[in-house]
This record gives sequence, C-alpha cells and structure tokens, in this order.
Amino acid sequence: MATEFELVIVTPFGEVFRGEVRSCTLPGFDGLFQVLPNHASLVSLLEIGPLKFEHKDGKIRYMALNGGYCEVKDNSLKIMAESAEFAEEIDVERALSAKQRAEQRLRSKHADIDIPRAKLALAKALNRIKIAQLR
Amino acid sequence: MANLREIRKRIDSVRSTQQITKAMKMVAAAKLRKAQENILAFRPYSYELRELIAHLTALIGYTAEIPLMVKRPVQKVLLVVVTADRGLCGAFNHNIIRRAYERVQEYPETEVELFLVGRKGLEFFKRRPVTINTTKINFFNDLNFNDAVEITNTILNLYQNQYFDRVEFIYNEFKSAVQQNVIVEQFLPFVPDEELVKSPEQVDFLYEPDKQTILNEVIPRHLRVQTWRILLESNAAEQGARMTAMENATDNAEEMVHQLTIFYNRSRQAAITTEISEIVSGAEALKES
Repeated sequence: MATEFELVIVTPFGEVFRGEVRSCTLPGFDGLFQVLPNHASLVSLLEIGPLKFEHKDGKIRYMALNGGYCEVKDNSLKIMAESAEFAEEIDVERALSAKQRAEQRLRSKHADIDIPRAKLALAKALNRIKIAQLR
Repeated sequence: MANLREIRKRIDSVRSTQQITKAMKMVAAAKLRKAQENILAFRPYSYELRELIAHLTALIGYTAEIPLMVKRPVQKVLLVVVTADRGLCGAFNHNIIRRAYERVQEYPETEVELFLVGRKGLEFFKRRPVTINTTKINFFNDLNFNDAVEITNTILNLYQNQYFDRVEFIYNEFKSAVQQNVIVEQFLPFVPDEELVKSPEQVDFLYEPDKQTILNEVIPRHLRVQTWRILLESNAAEQGARMTAMENATDNAEEMVHQLTIFYNRSRQAAITTEISEIVSGAEALKES
C-alpha cells in the first residue's frame, strides 16, 4: 500500500506545486474534506478556503486557495485553481487593503455595486489574511 | 547643388530615428518573450479544464440545464474586437479592423454590437456607423489575469441578461514572431471540443456536487481562461508585429543613411572640384594679364 500520493496544483500561471504528500485537506463544496493515499476517483468543486497538505517528510504546509476544482485518479490529486498561494508568499498588506475595499463597497448602498462580486472579493481577502497567520 | 549642411542634418535626423526604431524593436522583443512565457504557463491549466468539460458534457449530453450551452435563434450578436492600444506595429490593427468591419456586413439581418478591446479599435470605430456597446482600452501595457476576468464577466452579463444570442471574438493569433493570423472565434454559446473526450472504458468518478453544477461552475472558469489566452495571443502577436515593423524601419533607415552619405560625399567632391577649378581659372587669368 502506498503511504503517499502525488499532489499537483495548477493555476493559469503555471504549476505551483508538484510532489509526494501523505495527506491533503481541501475546502470542498460542502465543507473541508481530506484526501489520503488510495482515495477513490473523485471530481469535486472547491470553495475559497484553506488548503493543507503534509509532505512526505512530515512537514505541513498551508495555502490560500481561490476556488476551483480537484480531480483524484490513480493515487494522484490534481488541483486546478485560479490562484493558490503558499502562506509564506501571501502579501498581507495587499490582502488587508482588498478587504477594506470590499467592505467599503458593501457598505455604500449604490445601485451599481455588484454585491456578489464584492462579497467574493471580501471572502478571498479574509481567506488570505487567515492563511497568512499560519506561516 | 544641394546644400551640404542640409544633407548632414538629414543624415543626423535619419540616424536618430533609426536609434528610436532600434530601441522599440528591442523593447518589443523583450515583451514578446514575456508574453510567450505567459502563454506556455497557462496551457496545462487550460488543457485540464477543457478535458473535464468535454468529459462531463459527453456524460450529460445536450441539456437546457447548462444555460451557457443553449443555442438561441441568433438575433443579436456581440463582436469582441481585440486590437492593440498602440500603433507602429505594421498591419496588425488594420487587419483586425478590416476583418471586423467585414464581419459586421456578414450579418445583414442581425443586430450587431461591438465590444472594443484595445484603443486602436475604438479610434477607428467611433467615427463609423456601428453600435459600440462596451470598450476596454489602455491596459495591454500592464496586462494581467484580472483584465481577462473583467472582460469575461462583462460578456457573461450581457449574454445572460438575454441581450445577446451569440458572442464572437476577432483577434490576432500568434503564429510566430513574423506571422499573425486574424481569427474569428465563437465564444458563446459554449461548444465543448469533442475530440478531447476519452474512451468510455475509464474509471467511474464520484462527483461532488452533481455533474451539472460542476459544469455550470467550470464553464465560466474555462471562458475566463479563453479570454486570457486571446489577450495573451493578441499581445504576443502585437509585439511580434511591432518587432518586425521596427526591424524593417531600422533597415530602411540604414539604407537611407547609406544613400545620403554617398550623395553627401558626391556633393562635397563636386563642391571641391568647382572651387579648385575656380581657383585655377582665376590663377590662369592672373598669369595672362
């Protein structure tokens, strides 16, 4: 039995990560779920949220995931996201200003404000701020 | 006899123009390299998305549950015309504008509106009898993925509010640094690429949530990547076209400097000869007297 599986994280800007991991926790469509070696084949949508995985050598890493989907097949997990940042790489200042911008937009009761979009931006910013603290 | 000083001035001015075109060529080459890197980087992501969509649509079949795939009778068309923000890149903008203009004529019975991406398209079409719906200009210099997201969202909004029945992109495809092809591509309604469907003997997947929800979520993502691809292609093609145009301009300037230098030397020779013959004839005249 394999005790590891391959994890590949792909974004429109290229491959962010590829390596052997022991486990991976993902923000699934209805809540967090974990993928372990020899998981059944699965396609799942992913929400904005934290991604956590344990390296072959036991090191744990966190990423801020910006929605997308994942595919499990033949003991390999592929994550396709529009953006995925390691906790260490998050620009906290940018995230904070994005949060303020989104909150401001939600507060102003203008008719031409795209509420779902502002909420999405807020969720992304909050997620990144939270993950950044896990570095 | 041309004034020697004027020729000198002319040569200098051609030289300095040549320096500018040379610099522009170098800048375009650097930007082209960056654009090509971006194109390479997004390919795996795009391929995976297309494969998943093709696979899911093959499983579900044609259904009205996927609004973005529903074909409606075409009464209103949105043409997204991608030009550059800047000129000095050969026939790049001209080719697109001409093709877009033709495309409008190809829909005689249908209402056509334009979404102009890039300033050069706007400069041309604002003085023409066409309906401009939306524009997005002056962003290619600092192109990033959010621009693609913004354009796609605008298109999706227009489309989903039952306003348009068909969306097409007209853009320059990047073939190589010296070759660009004008492409007209259907964007919406969405058509999956069938050749990507894998053989049926593969494993059963669990789907979380159901296939339709996944498709409805993934297709807009795919469209964003498509827009991103088109912007990158157009940007790379623009830099390639500019590079070629500036190279030609540099060569022409070189040729011109060469011609002018010969002309300058000849004129100088002629001037000296005249002067000498004047002196000699003057001396002759003195001797005789």
